[in-house]
Amino acid sequence: MNAYLARRVVATVPVLFGVSLLVFSMLALVPGDPVQLMLSEFQTTPEQIARLRSQLHLDEPLPVQFGRFVWNAVRGDLGTSIRTRRPVTTEIADNFPATLQLALAGLLVAGILGVSLGVIAAANQHSWLELGSMLLALIGVSMPSFWLGLLLIFGLSLRLRLLPATGGGDLAHLVLPAITLGLGAAAILARLTRSSMLEVLRQEYVTTARAKGLAEWLVIGRHALKNALIPVVTIFGLQFGQLLAGTFVVETVFARPGLGRLIIDGILNKDFPMVQGVVLVVAVSYVLVNLLVDLMYAVLDPRIRYA
Amino acid sequence: MVFTASARRVLQSKGAVAGLCVLGVLALAALAAPLLPLSNPIQIDAPHALYSPGTPYLFGSDQYGRDVLSRVVYGGRVSLMVGPIAVGIALVPGVAVGLLAGFYGRWVDVLLMRVVDVMLAFPGILLALGIVAVLGPSLTSLMIAVGISSIPTYARLTRASVLSARENLYVDAARVVGAPDRTILLRHILPNVVAPVIVVGTLGVGAAILVAATLSFLGLGSQPPTAEWGRMLSEGRQYLREQWWIATFPGLAIMLTVLALNMLGDGLRDALDPRLRV
Repeated sequence: MNAYLARRVVATVPVLFGVSLLVFSMLALVPGDPVQLMLSEFQTTPEQIARLRSQLHLDEPLPVQFGRFVWNAVRGDLGTSIRTRRPVTTEIADNFPATLQLALAGLLVAGILGVSLGVIAAANQHSWLELGSMLLALIGVSMPSFWLGLLLIFGLSLRLRLLPATGGGDLAHLVLPAITLGLGAAAILARLTRSSMLEVLRQEYVTTARAKGLAEWLVIGRHALKNALIPVVTIFGLQFGQLLAGTFVVETVFARPGLGRLIIDGILNKDFPMVQGVVLVVAVSYVLVNLLVDLMYAVLDPRIRYA
Repeated sequence: MVFTASARRVLQSKGAVAGLCVLGVLALAALAAPLLPLSNPIQIDAPHALYSPGTPYLFGSDQYGRDVLSRVVYGGRVSLMVGPIAVGIALVPGVAVGLLAGFYGRWVDVLLMRVVDVMLAFPGILLALGIVAVLGPSLTSLMIAVGISSIPTYARLTRASVLSARENLYVDAARVVGAPDRTILLRHILPNVVAPVIVVGTLGVGAAILVAATLSFLGLGSQPPTAEWGRMLSEGRQYLREQWWIATFPGLAIMLTVLALNMLGDGLRDALDPRLRV
């Protein structure tokens, strides 16, 4: 298994290389002159344009630029924001915790809600409970998160005044955004849990457990659930990435600070160092989280042989 | 024969039929929008701003006095165009990559799948955001962005189908009689890929519509005054407290469309390719 772990870690290197190449290429792929585009919002002199060009090392050959980009990124230098004139790394470091907090809270909502809905549906197959929970899941996948967020704001904060609508900070501010973010993922997890649970409930050890007269909730809770959750855990890593990117939208709806604000303002203001920085950091975190999930999976489930 | 059998099975699924009906109505309304008795969806009419639903505006009017019903119907033209075009942009290179990687294996497979892996390293809408950043916010770049970012889905799906299809005896038979690779790929292997691609493509149209509406909501897609559902929601949200209808009807429209596509996709999956069932 150690060989598998090592190979899995090594396989991440080319992916990280490709990710940085792609992020680096963004500037080169911009139609027209990236420097003039970035400064199009400002009054500039040709000297200022030339200064920014050399500051960004755009006068060097592309391979040299790429080498510098990677080397700087590894040392934690992602350049300077065109708009705020602060280092991109500082901006990201200031905003990452809020985004991470929201993503984790969303994952928690998705996990609890998704797994319970899936188990309820599987344990009550062919009943209205199954139909209801799967219908709920179908609506969850089809619902745009920004609209769900607006509905929650409208219902729970503007009308019922239960929870604050916008802003960041304490736990109360986290509830609505976390539900908004987590519901879509919950729907996916619910569908997966249900089918995995149905599969497990057909196994012989479940029949044995029932045959010895165990209560149904014990059969499901103690014998079936653990095994049914294996495929669910695998897609947790994938879902985490989806949620991390999903926070961008939810943050906008709830006017929360975070990476979403950075990247969207960055795109609208053509602040390329900022956009590249956020894209790179999120993609690299996602790759690393998936690596971690895979490694944990290998440790947790010794049945699986990695050829 | 196979087609009619599958069609019958699709039509037996209540969800698929319901989805198909909803989509039919939405598509018809969108196509026929200029012929319907609707007011101009982008003409500003300040004296009629913020009418509540009823008469003369069934869905009310927005802050510029534009008929929300008319904007929702015209918005359907945008979403129902963006979804299929984005999937088309994803489908062609995706299926081609999957076919080549699965059929030739070895270094072709390794190389192509590494590229796909790199694209998959950008979760959710991140890749689409990056592409929009490069191309600049517009409806066209949005379609390209959504399309490119879903290429990996089709590449992997196709590759998996090819890997199992190429083990078939008839593929060996075709090779024995000296059929060139191109013939084997297009005549004997491609048909195996069609069913799963149709299923995932149908679900993909819904997903593409969602992402496109999301990017437009963020101000990165269609630009004002175009009637587009995501954009309408973002413009209507400051009126949420009193004039709920401005944001509610376009939201319902998005959800209904995507729900219908998901129900149709689920029905197609059960009929065409039960193996894909999650």
